[in-house]
Amino acid sequence: MPTPERHQHIFPNGLVLLAEHMPAVKSAAFSLLLPAGAIYDPTEGLGTSGLLSEWMIRGAGSRNSRELIDDLDNLGVSHRVSSQTVHLGISAATLGRNLIPALRILADVARRPHLPDDEFDSVRALALQGLRSLEDDPGSKIMVELRRRHFREPWGRHTLGTAEGVANLTPDSVREFHRMLVHPAGAILAAAGEIDWSELREVVETLFGGGKSAGSEPLPAGGAGPSRDHILKETQQVQIGIAFPLVPLPHPDSYHARAASAILGGFSSARLFTEVREKRGLCYTVSSGYESYRDRAALICHAGTSTDRAQQTLDVMLSEIRRLADDGVEPEELETMRAGLKSSWIMQQESSLSRSGQLAADWYYLNRIRSLAEISAALDALAPDSVSAFCQKLDLDQMTILTLGPTALEFPA
Amino acid sequence: MPFQKTTLPNGLQVIGELDDQAHSVAFGFFVRAGSRDEPPELAGVSHFLEHMIFKGTERRDALAVNRELDRVGAKHNAQTSEEDTIYYLACLPEYQERAFDILSDILRPSLREEDFETEKQVILEEIQMYQDDSMSVAYEEAKSLHFGPHALGRSVLGTEQSVGGLAVDQMRAYFQRYYGPSNMTLAIAGNTRWDDVVRLAETHCGNWFGDSGVRSAVPTSGTRKFEARLRAEDMQETLVGVADAPPVESDDRYPAGLLATILGDHTGSRLYWALIDPGHADGADVSYQAYGQAGSYFSFLSCDPENAQSNLARFADECRLLQADGPTPAELEQAKNKVMARSVLRNERTLYRLMSLGYHWSHRREYLSQEDELRVIAAITLDDVRRVLDRYPLWPQTLFTLGPNTNLTPPR
Repeated sequence: MPTPERHQHIFPNGLVLLAEHMPAVKSAAFSLLLPAGAIYDPTEGLGTSGLLSEWMIRGAGSRNSRELIDDLDNLGVSHRVSSQTVHLGISAATLGRNLIPALRILADVARRPHLPDDEFDSVRALALQGLRSLEDDPGSKIMVELRRRHFREPWGRHTLGTAEGVANLTPDSVREFHRMLVHPAGAILAAAGEIDWSELREVVETLFGGGKSAGSEPLPAGGAGPSRDHILKETQQVQIGIAFPLVPLPHPDSYHARAASAILGGFSSARLFTEVREKRGLCYTVSSGYESYRDRAALICHAGTSTDRAQQTLDVMLSEIRRLADDGVEPEELETMRAGLKSSWIMQQESSLSRSGQLAADWYYLNRIRSLAEISAALDALAPDSVSAFCQKLDLDQMTILTLGPTALEFPA
Repeated sequence: MPFQKTTLPNGLQVIGELDDQAHSVAFGFFVRAGSRDEPPELAGVSHFLEHMIFKGTERRDALAVNRELDRVGAKHNAQTSEEDTIYYLACLPEYQERAFDILSDILRPSLREEDFETEKQVILEEIQMYQDDSMSVAYEEAKSLHFGPHALGRSVLGTEQSVGGLAVDQMRAYFQRYYGPSNMTLAIAGNTRWDDVVRLAETHCGNWFGDSGVRSAVPTSGTRKFEARLRAEDMQETLVGVADAPPVESDDRYPAGLLATILGDHTGSRLYWALIDPGHADGADVSYQAYGQAGSYFSFLSCDPENAQSNLARFADECRLLQADGPTPAELEQAKNKVMARSVLRNERTLYRLMSLGYHWSHRREYLSQEDELRVIAAITLDDVRRVLDRYPLWPQTLFTLGPNTNLTPPR
């Protein structure tokens, strides 16, 4: 199979442009990460970034709301403008020949949105309904509330914000947020698929050039917690969320963290699935994942189970986490983890959208793009002893446990 | 991308679409056994059996199945619908021999009683999980209201009673009846050689036997009933509409898919402009579902309970308007562009290519290359859409609402 070509360029205003030409695909995609996510929301206006992401598509540049959507649809562009914890993201995937036209329209969305007064109330109504829908979805609610308790403010924020925060927003406050935060400086634009690098670079320079370079504002670190909590709700199942700190992705030990996370709950023969579901039949959903920002990360576990089996589920999950820290990992588990991660990485080459997202993420974490060879070598270098030693240092004292359901469970001290 | 097919002496159909540029290879067994084949007392057995397939064989116990699939880095899963049960995986070409050995082995499961009882608890948990999700509850209830006593109206998961009452012998008999080689298709997509595929199929599946099942697919249409059910604890009201649509056997399914896009795609559709853009609802989607001898448009709305009545009226207005006047030429072109571009994007993934390949063969004994599918969509005219609207009107519909507001009446 032909190898992909990669390119990168940093514009004088600080915008980073990354690209990967994928010879086997006819599509192309891009991911634009703007440092304007929920962590930048004003404290009294939680939900600003989320609301802005919906408002931005209501007309931009020379197009009104309807023309904008119609033109994207006619080009066959699958697009998404969404607020995340750190970034406000704009992504799109389409046929290779339509990438540049799509980029022109979505550059307007980023830089020249109309943000019309007469659409503000409908956008706010959507934000408030989004918050209510979250209350009706216990599996999502537990994760949102777990992150809120585990990560220190503002890193645990949810992009929808709070009902009070959204009620406090005004058209002017959201416009000011856009003016201050949504600009090319500090942004990452990554494209992948059937692309022409020199054309792309020229067009991006026209669309996103100019302006001055600016660093992001340092964020005030606030409080977190409580570390043990229960949310009372009359549901069929009890939701269980557990989080504890891991080293973040830029850390030299991050492959150890990835291995520990995968072996605990990243695949179907992983420990949580095996012990909780396969051997004991305690629940349908149980999993864990590694969630990282640039300077902090956590291993997050989730399970949902009926009331009378919830305590046992929690106990088994906690004992598996403890066993990972005490006894480390087996060579066979490490081999399995390697096969899974390498296969995922190679299969990512079948999707231009996945690749563009990964390129942008690599830059956010590492300020460079990793090659498959680098990742393979790092995975191959992991040894059972080193991963076990890493697991021994897991900071389980900093664990957050949250449950949601009709009855509270007994938590360990 | 050359298409290949053969049939083993025991009746197993093997089809493949090979692509030496693909990064992976994908295999899938498409079994014609789904919830519509279940008598009411066995409701949920197809889906329960799907879980049991992963619980081991003579050669492997359940833990070994998971361990070995993970050991070859396979992305694997299974799914059960009203129509069929599908077992599939994608892996790197270098692992295809080992991966196929496991996937084919588990299709001849031991169905051990101890595993059956443990897994029954998992299924009961899965049923409870969906009961906490309003959209899932509303979908199941709307389907039941629409199809009435017809088998398509029953939940794929079954009920706590039906699953709780199942015995392992009933599942073994169901397996014997429906999992014979002549009732399934083995599909392969991606980077492999046809010689390898045939050899693997003959070696691993050549000695399979069993019955081919008998499906009674009685044509059916919906009841168009209305029900507003209380779910006091919800914050939002959930509304589901169901209208009749073309069956899987019909060529009208492509215009029907475009109509669903025009009416209720998540962006740029009529419902988007009528409900989402003005902030009346935070969810409005229409999807087209084709079954054997039946079909449905499902519409899903989520909104503030206070606005449920006015949104029902807006939904009805949009359905009636599209029914009366049809789409504009520009709308049809836009929907085609959207659907075709999404098709290109999805089909770049080997696993998606496999699903499309297996689906068409399993339901229609037809091979459709991606280029052919794009040509079919591009050729659809306003007359085609009009014909489908006349045969399958968008209004009136079966309507089911779930949430705190039960003071609702069907729109005029």
